[in-house]
Amino acid sequence: MSAWAFLLEHREEIFGTTVEHLALVLGAMLIAILIGVPLGLLIVHRPVLRGIALGVANILQTIPSLALFGFLVPIPFIGGIGKRTAIVALVLYALLPILRNTYVGLTEIDPAVLESAQAMGMTQSQILFRVRLPLASAFILAGIRTATIITIGVATIAAAIGAGGLGTFIFRGVALVSNGLLLAGALPAALLALAADFLLGIIERRLRVS
Amino acid sequence: MAVPEVDGNSIEFQEVSLRAGGSARQEIVSDVTLRIAGGETVVLLGRSGSGKTTLLKLTNGLLIPSRGQVLVKQKATTDWDRIRLRRGIGYVIQEAGLFPHFTVTENVALVPTLEGWPRPKIETRVREMLRLVGLDPKEFGGRRPRELSGGQRQRVGVARALAADPPILLMDEPFGALDPVTRAELQREFATLTRQLRKTIVFVTHDLREALLLASRIVLLQSGRVVASAPREEFLKLEQAEVRAFAASFLNQAGEPV
Repeated sequence: MSAWAFLLEHREEIFGTTVEHLALVLGAMLIAILIGVPLGLLIVHRPVLRGIALGVANILQTIPSLALFGFLVPIPFIGGIGKRTAIVALVLYALLPILRNTYVGLTEIDPAVLESAQAMGMTQSQILFRVRLPLASAFILAGIRTATIITIGVATIAAAIGAGGLGTFIFRGVALVSNGLLLAGALPAALLALAADFLLGIIERRLRVS
Repeated sequence: MAVPEVDGNSIEFQEVSLRAGGSARQEIVSDVTLRIAGGETVVLLGRSGSGKTTLLKLTNGLLIPSRGQVLVKQKATTDWDRIRLRRGIGYVIQEAGLFPHFTVTENVALVPTLEGWPRPKIETRVREMLRLVGLDPKEFGGRRPRELSGGQRQRVGVARALAADPPILLMDEPFGALDPVTRAELQREFATLTRQLRKTIVFVTHDLREALLLASRIVLLQSGRVVASAPREEFLKLEQAEVRAFAASFLNQAGEPV
């Protein structure tokens, strides 16, 4: 049976798995943003914490993804087999680009702009929400975009610890030497990554000011 | 030129010193005592590093003196609510420091918006201010700062500083980054404007010519100290060595008489 015929025949199953994959990615991204952006804000004026946070995020990123999933499985509470462990690993991976871009975006702002904001009597929170975050938003979104694309790819490996997603097709395809199965996993994953890159790219350009 | 005192809007430095960063013994400002009467336009003149910008930042509470105190409207900056103090003081800096993500209108409307003025009043005020600084509100109101020339940005900076009608205006080399022709144009207009406004203005520059054009009184600073203070007409007649040296170096640099 040709690969195309295989894809067509199993389209409903493939679609369902793609949705499952997407849910995994969105869940992980949501948590990574909720941790990464506030942490990025926090480290702007705290050099010691900055060193630690960026250092740890950097190291996490260097761990091969399959190994990271493996390391997490035996850890109590966050570990085990299944989606929860997979999301933890994906969050750890997504953290660095979000954290780094939030930090860079906030520090790249022209000091004259911040000084005049302060001198005009804006409170710290007004400066944060009306000046700093809007001016850093294009940078932050670029980080989210990178992290999303990484996460879509890495999430295929989550199937190795029973988290489901498009990786299930790929692992099965490798085991059975089936191009149809490999494509059923790889093709939707690639399309998801391209779509995410494109859509987030549009938003990012809208946010860019100068 | 005698400037009539406008009630209450004075700035007073009382034996003010500011040490550079914590433990260092070096002082950026040393023992400055200076009274700026309400309605006066005082130019703080000096080379870079003479402490003139620091005096501005001590006035609006961006910096707090290590010794002595700064009184704004007869109240020490340490006793003021910092936010209230700053909303009553307009501030214009070199390169304007406009918000790049705001339109011209939003930039000018900032302090009135923070102060919770009603919408129609803000809109009227913004148009008024833009016209005051020579910009057509219809043409420029919707633009972003990057769509303006350097001179136009500086005009918006002045309009923004004046928007909430603060009695005090601080200006830190506002025309310093402009080309000579635009600078001269803005200086002339601003000289006229200051006479209409009757605000207390502290203007920082290293340009003697600018000082002579705008000031009612010129204060010369050197290494964080006040070395001379005189009404504009008398400044160049001062025999003090520091004044002579500054004037001489300015003439050499400019290559033509003032």
